[in-house]
Amino acid sequence: MTSNLMRGETGEWEVVIGMEVHAQVTSRSKLFSGAATDFGAEPNSQVSLVDAAFPGMLPVINRECVRQAVKTGLGLKAQINRRSVFDRKNYFYADLPAGYQISQYLQPIVGHGKLTIDLPDGSSREIGITRLHLEQDAGKSLHDQHPSATFVDLNRAGVALMEIVSEPDMRSAEEAAAYLSKLRTILRYLGTCDGNMEEGSMRADVNVSVRRPGEKLGTRCEIKNVNSVRFVRQAIEYEARRQIDLIEGGGKVEQETRLFDTGRGVTRSMRSKEEAHDYRYFPDPDLLPLELSENFIEEIRRELPELPDEKKSRLVNELGLSAYDAGVLVADKESADFYEVVARGRDAKLAANWVTGDFFGALNRSGKGIAEFPVTAAKLGGLLDLIANGTVSNRLAKDIFEIMVETGKEAAAVVEEKGLKQVTDTGAISAAIDQVLAANADKVNEYRSGKDKLFGFFVGQVMRAMGGKANPAALNELLKKMLAGN
Amino acid sequence: MSLDKATVARIARLARIEVPEEALAPMARELDTILTFVEQLGQVNTDGVAPMTSVTPMRLRMREDRVSDGGDAARVLSNAPEAQDGFFVVPKVVE
Repeated sequence: MTSNLMRGETGEWEVVIGMEVHAQVTSRSKLFSGAATDFGAEPNSQVSLVDAAFPGMLPVINRECVRQAVKTGLGLKAQINRRSVFDRKNYFYADLPAGYQISQYLQPIVGHGKLTIDLPDGSSREIGITRLHLEQDAGKSLHDQHPSATFVDLNRAGVALMEIVSEPDMRSAEEAAAYLSKLRTILRYLGTCDGNMEEGSMRADVNVSVRRPGEKLGTRCEIKNVNSVRFVRQAIEYEARRQIDLIEGGGKVEQETRLFDTGRGVTRSMRSKEEAHDYRYFPDPDLLPLELSENFIEEIRRELPELPDEKKSRLVNELGLSAYDAGVLVADKESADFYEVVARGRDAKLAANWVTGDFFGALNRSGKGIAEFPVTAAKLGGLLDLIANGTVSNRLAKDIFEIMVETGKEAAAVVEEKGLKQVTDTGAISAAIDQVLAANADKVNEYRSGKDKLFGFFVGQVMRAMGGKANPAALNELLKKMLAGN
Repeated sequence: MSLDKATVARIARLARIEVPEEALAPMARELDTILTFVEQLGQVNTDGVAPMTSVTPMRLRMREDRVSDGGDAARVLSNAPEAQDGFFVVPKVVE
């Protein structure tokens, strides 16, 4: 394994990283109210009086949000707590109408778990999960709509979030990026969070500190609300370097909250508040403890889908794919599902080559998602069938595929229309060979006097004459015979 | 228990309640009396007794995941001192 240490002026430094990820729970309605959760609705159109904290309104918990949290916990191989407690986290902000956020503090719904990250060099490493708890999201403040006023939209207020806290187990920006990617992949497989970072469905708070290898932990800074894997990597690289330079220059790291400025690629201090936060957590008197039966948990366990790590090892061990191809395919659930449909009942390796090669290539160029792409898994499968039964050569299949991308047609229809069916008829191939040999009598003589390398030239000529449709095996065989002079 | 003025000022600040300087000392005395009263509970031995979460033998009720509320911005904004284009409007807050 390559060293993760960072070099400073005075020696090497180890970077220590932990992450708190807020993941929006996939549910129709909010955690404690029946208002909708859809993204991008008109302001305050998805707000119940509970979310707006009108006097006397009481929270009632959404069973689906509880199920989703448990499911996520099981997916992270974590302990599910049969009893958890909701607390009030008190603070004042314009987009938090109640003056407190309902969260879980000392007794979260999910305890210790783990997640395996896959690194670019092919190695993998286990990262500890400290806990997962359920809490409400806040509303949204818009500061740029008016010179002297802030506009507040409570549509997001009360939407269920899972806060997933890792152990400080990561040692490089690369590992942190791998952690966030893997966590997103797992959430998507589970269907408990859509993982859409652009819409804010997943946001990361990243804790970074540096120390001399083997020494005790340094003072950490928390970088708030980082909203992409790329920014997580950039923010950590910048922040670790800043701390190293600071300490080596005789300074001291202050524990503080910082923001990542995506435009300039730097972290800056969020002006420290006049006083430290004092959230005065206490159990929410409106909510009883959340008690789960073993049955409730077991039912969810039975519904768990195959997760990326398991799927990867199945693709490698049972279907014979390379670890690399399997890794590429399972990284995204949609890709994995697509591949499995293509590979069903077909040559698994051929399917993997096509999906990771031509298909992903065309998909990326199109800028579309798998769901909108004209070539469906069934259609690509149809093309592979034509290769398997000898109707088309692998080379011709690539041309057919391009036409399928443009037209969305079935492979068989393209072959029919364009007359691309592979020619195995020896008569037609022989006739084409005759023509080529006649037109290149000098080269035939050279070949016959020992210049074997010209064989490829003849193959190319005959293929061209036949529009690429000759069956390569039949062509090779016939050509060899005819060049030999019989 | 003995509360000083600074602690009372801090509690007031956290609760966003304005307490004039001259009222801090009397309030400290009042809160002190309340705390002393409550502290009598400390005389009871509660070793091994789980905190009570409800006076009735109830369990947390869950609701099904259905959209059954919302869709009425006007009602939500009805108590707002100021609103515009469906938003609450508050004095500018920038961190």
